[in-house]
Amino acid sequence: MRLTIEVWRQDNPEVEGHFETHLVEGAQEEMSLLELIDYLNDQLVSEGREPIAYDSDCREGICGTCGITVNDDAHGPVKNTPSCRQHLRSFKDGAVLRLEPFRSGAFPVIRDLVVDRSGMDRVLQAGGYISVDAGTAADADSMQIGHGRAEKALDFAACIGCGACISACPNGAANLFAGSLLNHLSTLPQGSTERSKRARAVIAELDESFGPCSVYGECAKVCPAGIPLSAIAAVNRERARALIRTGKDD
Amino acid sequence: MTDIKITYGDDISGNVPEGDPSTAWERRRDDYKLVSPLNRRKFKVIVVGTGLAGAGCAAALGELGYQVSNYTFHDSSRRAHSVAAQGGINAARARKVDNDSIHRFVKDTVKGGDFRGREADAFRLAEESVRVIDHMNGIGAPFAREYGGELTTRSFGGVQVSRTYYTRGQTGQQLQVSAHRALQRQVAAGTVTLHTYSEMLDLIVKDGRAVGIVSRNLRTGEITAETAHAVVLATGGYGNVFHKSTLAKNSNCTAAWRAHRRGAYFASPAYIQFHPTALPISNKFQSKTTLMSESLRNDGRIWVPKKAGDDRPANEVPEDERDYYLERKYPAFANLTPRDIASRAAREQIESGHGVGPLKNSVYLDFRDAKARLGVKVLDERYGNLFEMYQDATGEDPHEVPMRIAPGAHFAMGGLWSDYDQMTSIPGLFVGGEAGWGYHGANRLGANSLLSACVDGWFTLPYSVPNYLADHLGTAPLDVQDAAVQETLREVRDRVQRLVNIKGKTPTDHFHARLGEILYEGCGVSRNEAKLTRAIEQIRELREEFYLDLFVPGTGETYNQELERAGRVEDYLYLAELMCVDALDRKESAGAHFREEYQTEEGEAERNDDEWCFVSAWEEGANGEHIRHAEPLNFEIIKLQTRNYK
Repeated sequence: MRLTIEVWRQDNPEVEGHFETHLVEGAQEEMSLLELIDYLNDQLVSEGREPIAYDSDCREGICGTCGITVNDDAHGPVKNTPSCRQHLRSFKDGAVLRLEPFRSGAFPVIRDLVVDRSGMDRVLQAGGYISVDAGTAADADSMQIGHGRAEKALDFAACIGCGACISACPNGAANLFAGSLLNHLSTLPQGSTERSKRARAVIAELDESFGPCSVYGECAKVCPAGIPLSAIAAVNRERARALIRTGKDD
Repeated sequence: MTDIKITYGDDISGNVPEGDPSTAWERRRDDYKLVSPLNRRKFKVIVVGTGLAGAGCAAALGELGYQVSNYTFHDSSRRAHSVAAQGGINAARARKVDNDSIHRFVKDTVKGGDFRGREADAFRLAEESVRVIDHMNGIGAPFAREYGGELTTRSFGGVQVSRTYYTRGQTGQQLQVSAHRALQRQVAAGTVTLHTYSEMLDLIVKDGRAVGIVSRNLRTGEITAETAHAVVLATGGYGNVFHKSTLAKNSNCTAAWRAHRRGAYFASPAYIQFHPTALPISNKFQSKTTLMSESLRNDGRIWVPKKAGDDRPANEVPEDERDYYLERKYPAFANLTPRDIASRAAREQIESGHGVGPLKNSVYLDFRDAKARLGVKVLDERYGNLFEMYQDATGEDPHEVPMRIAPGAHFAMGGLWSDYDQMTSIPGLFVGGEAGWGYHGANRLGANSLLSACVDGWFTLPYSVPNYLADHLGTAPLDVQDAAVQETLREVRDRVQRLVNIKGKTPTDHFHARLGEILYEGCGVSRNEAKLTRAIEQIRELREEFYLDLFVPGTGETYNQELERAGRVEDYLYLAELMCVDALDRKESAGAHFREEYQTEEGEAERNDDEWCFVSAWEEGANGEHIRHAEPLNFEIIKLQTRNYK
């Protein structure tokens, strides 16, 4: 395949970035999107130039490290699929690929296609956890959780923390991310004693650092973990529930 | 003639409590010294790595009240490679009536490891496994449940009971993210200071004790030192030395290797597991060998055409012309034989011309019969995300055509040597998870890696590290202006600058790819003296070329991913030699280490317990000399026996 790559280059957070165009010959349909960047980077380095910085790790779609905007789509053209599992078979020979970092006010560019997603960890730090110390947990078999309930919790726990939902949202909202966390933890009996406390803390951080949700639904279209749109309803539900339970932790 | 200098050092002791190994852990814990709650905040512990072992250890020490400084080269503590383990986590809870027990767990683990691990370690692993499940459930891991609401389990290779707990095909991710949440809770509480984008590049040793680390901030290039009362390395395994492996692209051996060069012994580097259900290499651009969970072997059947070179599509090969070779050779365990045996059997089929796929480098894993028996719905509930991942990677639907799989470099049973207390040969330096060597002997059983990382992090190091700290009450961490710190800093800065200054023509990845080819050929699924000797020659040649012709663009003062990789590959070029030296030195076959010279008439691995019933722990000598120490192994309850899965 012969592809034209228009890629965002930015040396560091302080300088302005620009697009750089490269013609790539000899790409193959079975290459993944990231293997295409590897291939281009190999050419660049062999010519004595600096390669395109981008994030990637497991390349199996589970670590959430990778994430590139491809022709305006977070992660790439195939819906609900992370960048590492996008393949060139989705593109026609001669296509133009515009590669940009994940776009969001909450994700400052570090270099080229790499962005700073530490805001997502601050949502957890605010209170997105269960307060159980090592060794003190109850017997997991004494805690009965129905099959369906466990599966539902896992549907939301499946979030890989890539940030595509935030990038795809016109408002830069993180409600799919935070909603999946709140839904996962509120579906399970463990941690129910701090459900309202957790919701207040997580939602306060959400309001502080990310945009408001207007239910565009763009987030669920790109989510590689297939988190359903109903996750965003969890944020409003937990917000309202916590308000009713003012003064209570559970 | 290749000049390979091996000398033999003193035997070393694993410091295992004497007597009955099944009660060793309880007795040792009773002997450990304690640090009182009010004194704990006076101690600082550096934990490197935020995978299951690292995040667990950092969180648990933080919960106890110690000051913890936790390092990861990732952008977040949620990313570590523990996230990629799919199939499950073993636990000897033995709630079912399938006759499981602590004893059986230990037997499976010790026997699966071909009697080259510590028996007492395996007992600890089994004993603590019970509450690992309680704890991970307690902090929010949504384990799969039966309709009655209880935890459900499945079976893994090398085991005849059902003791593997799981969350679909994403068990590692759920455990890792739970550990990440627990760690973030400690970050919020102020007990853990988390350093992201920070890669450990050296260990600081003063008067023979580990007292701190030197790290590089990957975003700014700044190289700094931090000192502490103790250092824990939980930095993962070294399978990526093979270039194409099932590991995440950034997983590396640098932290452990740097500790080795500072004096920490390296145990059994030759013991590397080849995962039998990895995806085969199908084109030259492929960047890794994606892992397909071993759990697929519960329902998938492995076969090749009986006739060598049979080119027909899989579904056109009639039943009586298929060779279900694992079921034929190992009827008792069939498709669930341990990984080393399954990988070696696949390699045999491929090498004898029975391989399938365009490059004839794979075997089939077929779900046709499972689909007929269980239906698509049940199959998808068990393996849905794995089937999707396979389809993404290959463009083929495993509901309709068999998967194609091949052995790929996977888990390192070898790693930094440590004693029963997880302390390395450098006092004050502890190790946990895959970075260490414990539990798994010469072959790890499936679903024991998540377990060993959790047990080390949450339920071993939080006992044994304070025992060490208790003797240092009243001392402060070493002043960073101390000559030992400043000298280590200078050496690290020089080493980074030297890589940038080579200014040759060849990018890092080319060296790495060539190293991988050398190792797959010379130190792969099966080894022999000639292949290993040749590999050592080639590695040395490659290393010389690396220092002459490496090209790293940019400088050390910026976010420079090529430079990060160059440093890691530099370390692999030395580690690879030690792996081959260890494989050459060990004149027996054991588990994943198969020396062609030492096999039974039936072609199975032949151990030599009279001469080799010990762990090799390597020390770096002067001028490239390799010094091998031996820790003798005793088996008191699980008696030495020949593995038999037939």
